[in-house]
Amino acid sequence: MPKKDVSRRGFLEVLTSGGILGVCAAIFFPILKFITPPESGEANVSQVKLEFSRADIEADPKKAKTFKFGRKLGIICVTSDGALKALSATCTHLDCTVQHRPDLGIIWCSCHNGRYDLDGKNISGPPPKPLEQYVVNEIDSGIFISKEEA
Amino acid sequence: MKNIFILILIGLLNCSMALATNSKNCLECHAEWEEEDGPTHLFSKDIHFQKGLGCVECHGGDTEAEDMDGVRSAKNYRGVPKFNEVPNFCARCHSDATYMRQHNPSLPVDQLSKYKTSVHGQRLSKHKDKKVATCISCHTVHQIGDGKLPHSSTHPLNVPETCGKCHSNKDYMAEYGIATNQLDDFKASVHGHALLVNKDLGAPACNDCHSNHGAAPPGVDNLALVCGNCHAIESELFLKSPHMKAYAENDFPMCATCHSNHRIEHPSDKMIGSTEPGICADCHDHDDGTRGSQTADSVRNAINALVAAHEAALTVLKDAQAKGMMTTNEEFLLKEVDQSLIQTRTHIHSFDASVVVPKAEEGIAKADSVKVKSAELIDEYYFRRKGLGGATLVITFLAILLYLRIRRIEKPKG
Amino acid sequence: MPNLGNKNILTDNKFYDYLNERLKLDALVDYMSKKNVPQHSHSMFYYFGGLTLFFFIVQACTGILLLMYYRPGADSAYESVKFIVSEVSFGWLIRSIHSWSANLMILSAFLHMFTVFFTKAYRKPRELTWLTGVGVLGLAMGFGFSGYLLPWNELAFFATRVGTGMAGAVPVIGDYLLVVMRGGEEVTGATIGRFFGLHVAILPALFIGLISLHLIFVQRLGMSEPLHWNQKPPQEKSYMKFFPNFIYRDALIWLIMLNVLALLAVFFPDGIGVIHWPLGEKADPFGAPPAVIRPEWYFMFAFQALKMLPAHIWFIEGELVGMGLFTAGGLMWALIPFIDRKSAMNKPSRWIMWFGIFVVLFIITMTLIGYLVE
Repeated sequence: MPKKDVSRRGFLEVLTSGGILGVCAAIFFPILKFITPPESGEANVSQVKLEFSRADIEADPKKAKTFKFGRKLGIICVTSDGALKALSATCTHLDCTVQHRPDLGIIWCSCHNGRYDLDGKNISGPPPKPLEQYVVNEIDSGIFISKEEA
Repeated sequence: MKNIFILILIGLLNCSMALATNSKNCLECHAEWEEEDGPTHLFSKDIHFQKGLGCVECHGGDTEAEDMDGVRSAKNYRGVPKFNEVPNFCARCHSDATYMRQHNPSLPVDQLSKYKTSVHGQRLSKHKDKKVATCISCHTVHQIGDGKLPHSSTHPLNVPETCGKCHSNKDYMAEYGIATNQLDDFKASVHGHALLVNKDLGAPACNDCHSNHGAAPPGVDNLALVCGNCHAIESELFLKSPHMKAYAENDFPMCATCHSNHRIEHPSDKMIGSTEPGICADCHDHDDGTRGSQTADSVRNAINALVAAHEAALTVLKDAQAKGMMTTNEEFLLKEVDQSLIQTRTHIHSFDASVVVPKAEEGIAKADSVKVKSAELIDEYYFRRKGLGGATLVITFLAILLYLRIRRIEKPKG
Repeated sequence: MPNLGNKNILTDNKFYDYLNERLKLDALVDYMSKKNVPQHSHSMFYYFGGLTLFFFIVQACTGILLLMYYRPGADSAYESVKFIVSEVSFGWLIRSIHSWSANLMILSAFLHMFTVFFTKAYRKPRELTWLTGVGVLGLAMGFGFSGYLLPWNELAFFATRVGTGMAGAVPVIGDYLLVVMRGGEEVTGATIGRFFGLHVAILPALFIGLISLHLIFVQRLGMSEPLHWNQKPPQEKSYMKFFPNFIYRDALIWLIMLNVLALLAVFFPDGIGVIHWPLGEKADPFGAPPAVIRPEWYFMFAFQALKMLPAHIWFIEGELVGMGLFTAGGLMWALIPFIDRKSAMNKPSRWIMWFGIFVVLFIITMTLIGYLVE
């Protein structure tokens, strides 16, 4: 076997090894990235822990804060007797975002003066349906929101 | 044949309800004389009939009598009321709280007193006008429906046509010298569209601004309060705005000055501004000595900037979407920009640039963050393709080497 | 003439020597190098089995990765899949490859089966290889059916409701079968639990067992030679060494397919045309079903055929007759090596040929009707 042929084969071996390493890298890079847990931790299921505390809600001039619940916007407010109430924040009339009116003790949509009570029931104005009510659980200082069991 | 069937039906209904009054006696004759649109045939759809009231409850008379002379001779016989008697004819029961409590306790009993304050009622009493609307003009005579039922003439969806029956009739309205295009205008308005096309029962019909029994124009001075029933913030801001005083001094019809009355079109950002098509220029010249024109322009610029920022964010977001990226979070954030846009447009009614501009800027900041996040998604899309390109290259490289190796080991020797 | 001179091309590799001293690899390599693969105009058919294996390996790897984030249950399944594709880095890639590879695995398994059928490679002594192969395909379809529900989106929910509903038509045990499959009367979160268990534990266990048998049988018996080689003089038959020549070719095809998978996953992460798996909206058991409920393409022919049957044939329910026919047909298909007696004597059978053509035409026609006719 001529020497030249041997060195050519050796070169091919090196290239092949490099190629195999490259393919392994192409496969394992995404896998390593995949198994690294993302910043948001875990999938948000039907229960959400709010990023703020009761004190934050009470400090708000309207005694309410909005939060993201799945694809929807929710509103949580402190009632005059200190209870926490969480509702869908999207008005059932034309999709405006509702607000808490501690002065009236209602949830209010400013777009067309739609009114709901603190359980989300539509009480006056254009809204045709109640707001969806969520379950609030206060554990230690964390507030957890979940869907009402069917 | 049909008559007999209806007769039997009505008879059966009556029996089953065990009515105190025996309307059957009236029907025996009236149903035979009357055409198919006569009272006896229409009456089955009437709320009074459904509540168990019969002919004599309104018309009086003696059901035991042998013939009409006997009926008429009864002491309580009221027969058919004259035109101007109609309101009192109905009010005999409807203004009687004690009586109404037994049938429909939640129904108000103030219709007559309200009616007396209405333009209709005033003309009836003062001018003996026999063309004005009385109870039956709107409620019908023998098919009086519950306003919550869709077939009723007073159901919100039917109210515009019910009022329009007279008010859009040019010949009928000629002597009053008022416009007759209200129905057409209403149908073309944002309210008419919401009510009649989108069937949004929250949208106002005629009676929501003019009242029903006390129907009258709302009056120039109170317009903001009337509109404010639904447009609460706009009204509140307007009442505190510099326009309030100016309009009162000039007798301008508040909201209607810019929005018109019946043909209230979907408001547009174009309405603002001191140059065409902005309507502010109607009153505010560049040099009219007020800050009006300047405010109009800065408000318009702020809104335009927010709309442009929203558009820009949406364009980038749609691009990311079209590229197949998951944009649910960005869509969610964009909803907040929508909300800012609504708020900013609402705050125009303060007619104060120092209120509107910060609102707009808040929205612009949100829109910009949506744009940045969507742009990141698009970068990610190209990163995926570059990554794929690299991986494909490496894999193809190895595949070629493998192919060469196969060729080599299968190359015929010698 | 392939290179048969070099006994073992790996002998100069130190790593190989190390392993060889401990595991006696020489015997294995020696055994494999004696194996030959027939070379003829239809040699390409030999690669479909290996290709199916490749897709299965991809399925196992991506499936295990998905398991790290997937959470079964009515209120977490959809959310976790959404989380995977939107938040986890390369999650979209893993899910997309898993879906693409699943479809391609079924496709290459089907092609493998039909090529084996028409070349009569199932004939004696390979009857058991055929049987295990049919079993593997059945399990693969089970994987497809159970995996489809797991994202708990609208698409999956209604397709599964229709799919499991068909089990209810089975005589006598139908109702019981339906309840067992769904974990209740209706498709609910309980169904996800069952399908999940099936998809990640029961089916993989059975699949690995069966495919190991299948591969061992193939290794023991080697590749089947074409029917007409029977009359060929030995010098006219051409062979390729299984190792390394055939293995290298296999590896080359795997590499190309890996490229194809990556391209498909990046350019069509949600599939193409009717073969698609967009995540869409979360399943709502009380919501209106979408206008078109379609099973996956490999169930389309059966779904369409059952749909087209009249409500009653004679006095029996049409669906029942259809299922009876499918069971009989499937059984006949699985037992073809025993029915086709001529093949054991290396003779072609016209009847079996026509049966195969009928089955292929039936599947193609029904699938096309399913997709093209409203």
